[in-house]
Amino acid sequence: MFDKYVIGENGFRNVAEGGKIIGFQLEVRIAYYRGLGLSMIEGFDVTVDGRQFPREENLFTVRGRTFTYKQMETEYNERWEMGEVAQLTVPLAGGLTHGPHEVSVVEILRVSYVPVLTTGKDKKTLTLQGEG
Amino acid sequence: MSKIKRGVSLYSYQEEFYLRKLSLEQCVAVSAAMGAYGIETLAEQMMPGYPKLSDAFYEQWHEWMRLYGVTPTCHDAFLDTKKYKHRLLSLDEQVAEVTRDIKHAARLGAKCVRMLVICSPELMERCAPIAADHGIWLGVEVHSPWYIDHEWIQKHLEVAYRVGTDKLGLVPDMGIFVERFPRVIYERFLRNGAHENLVRMIVERYDRHEGLHSLPEEVEKSGGNAEDIGLARTVGHFVSSDPRKLRDVIGAVRHIHGKFYEMTEDGREFSIPYDAIVPTLAEAGYDGYISSEYEGNRHLQDAFPVDSVEQVRRHQHMLSKLIGEQP
Repeated sequence: MFDKYVIGENGFRNVAEGGKIIGFQLEVRIAYYRGLGLSMIEGFDVTVDGRQFPREENLFTVRGRTFTYKQMETEYNERWEMGEVAQLTVPLAGGLTHGPHEVSVVEILRVSYVPVLTTGKDKKTLTLQGEG
Repeated sequence: MSKIKRGVSLYSYQEEFYLRKLSLEQCVAVSAAMGAYGIETLAEQMMPGYPKLSDAFYEQWHEWMRLYGVTPTCHDAFLDTKKYKHRLLSLDEQVAEVTRDIKHAARLGAKCVRMLVICSPELMERCAPIAADHGIWLGVEVHSPWYIDHEWIQKHLEVAYRVGTDKLGLVPDMGIFVERFPRVIYERFLRNGAHENLVRMIVERYDRHEGLHSLPEEVEKSGGNAEDIGLARTVGHFVSSDPRKLRDVIGAVRHIHGKFYEMTEDGREFSIPYDAIVPTLAEAGYDGYISSEYEGNRHLQDAFPVDSVEQVRRHQHMLSKLIGEQP
């Protein structure tokens, strides 16, 4: 549910740190009808133009606070609310090239009353924004 | 005219809230405008920051209740038993979570907390006195694939009768009375590539309520693809109980989820026989709320614009006629 809204249309850009491009960022939303504590967000598998990026290396930012995959596992206070836009930062030295990219995201959620993990899948063509 | 009251679960507007087309206040306002004066809420859906809500939030909430002339009915609690990755919540931890939900419901001014069907009878019994202290009644949702006669629900009923139905009971979800398989669901499977002949076979089988157990295997043998097999499995999670079953448990029922998937243009629910359900409830003397709970959006949103407000309006119109508010 809400799969088609998982990847945001905006905010797809390269990310620089210390004068170097260290990766790219995209916007994501939850594939569920309520918010969840971050410990129950099991991660995001990102694929760009067929290249897969390991979920363990992504950074997740919600309301300006950034968490590593490992930190999210034990984060019991902060929540990701329904429909709330979060940023996913994917490390990639040099970033992505200008222009359109095929982006897909598989989002994995641990919902208590569902016997298996819940996944939200979305695929969109996004155009890299900014100076990247 | 029966004493049944009309309400809305704001769950119904999840599509619009998700996309920030309706705010919490607007969800309340559109419901009031339909004469649905009982408001059911999901804090984890529309009250960001829950369980840490400010005093200002609750003040604002009561202000809206006055402004729109509505009553809070029920808070839908969740229970994150899988909060920790490598273990389930202990019973004591579950009680602590539910206590938090009870306090929230009381602050909203609601009388009821909807408990998930995964909650154990032990948990309900532990929480009953806490709820009673706060003027709250706890109801386990009877939600498909469970049904009233299911052993698990009967265990919950035993506890409710023993502890007192003024403290515990059931919240039947009308999705246990799916007589015909919802069109919005099988049409989505068709859009995703299911075969028309197999879909027809599966839906006919559901509508006859027979042989659903072996259906996925049969569909696979008939050359069904992943979507066909997916639909064959999906129909197995739906329930078509006899609405008269409600009479057996009505003494333990203080709130009802008016689940629906599709209100047609002529004002009927495509799959659930409300024209049998509402009179049964009225005859049994039910005087609580039927809370409209629209769940069609997730089956349409891939291909169509969703208009939850119009769907709820039609559902409310149907309820008002069946209740006898209008000829």
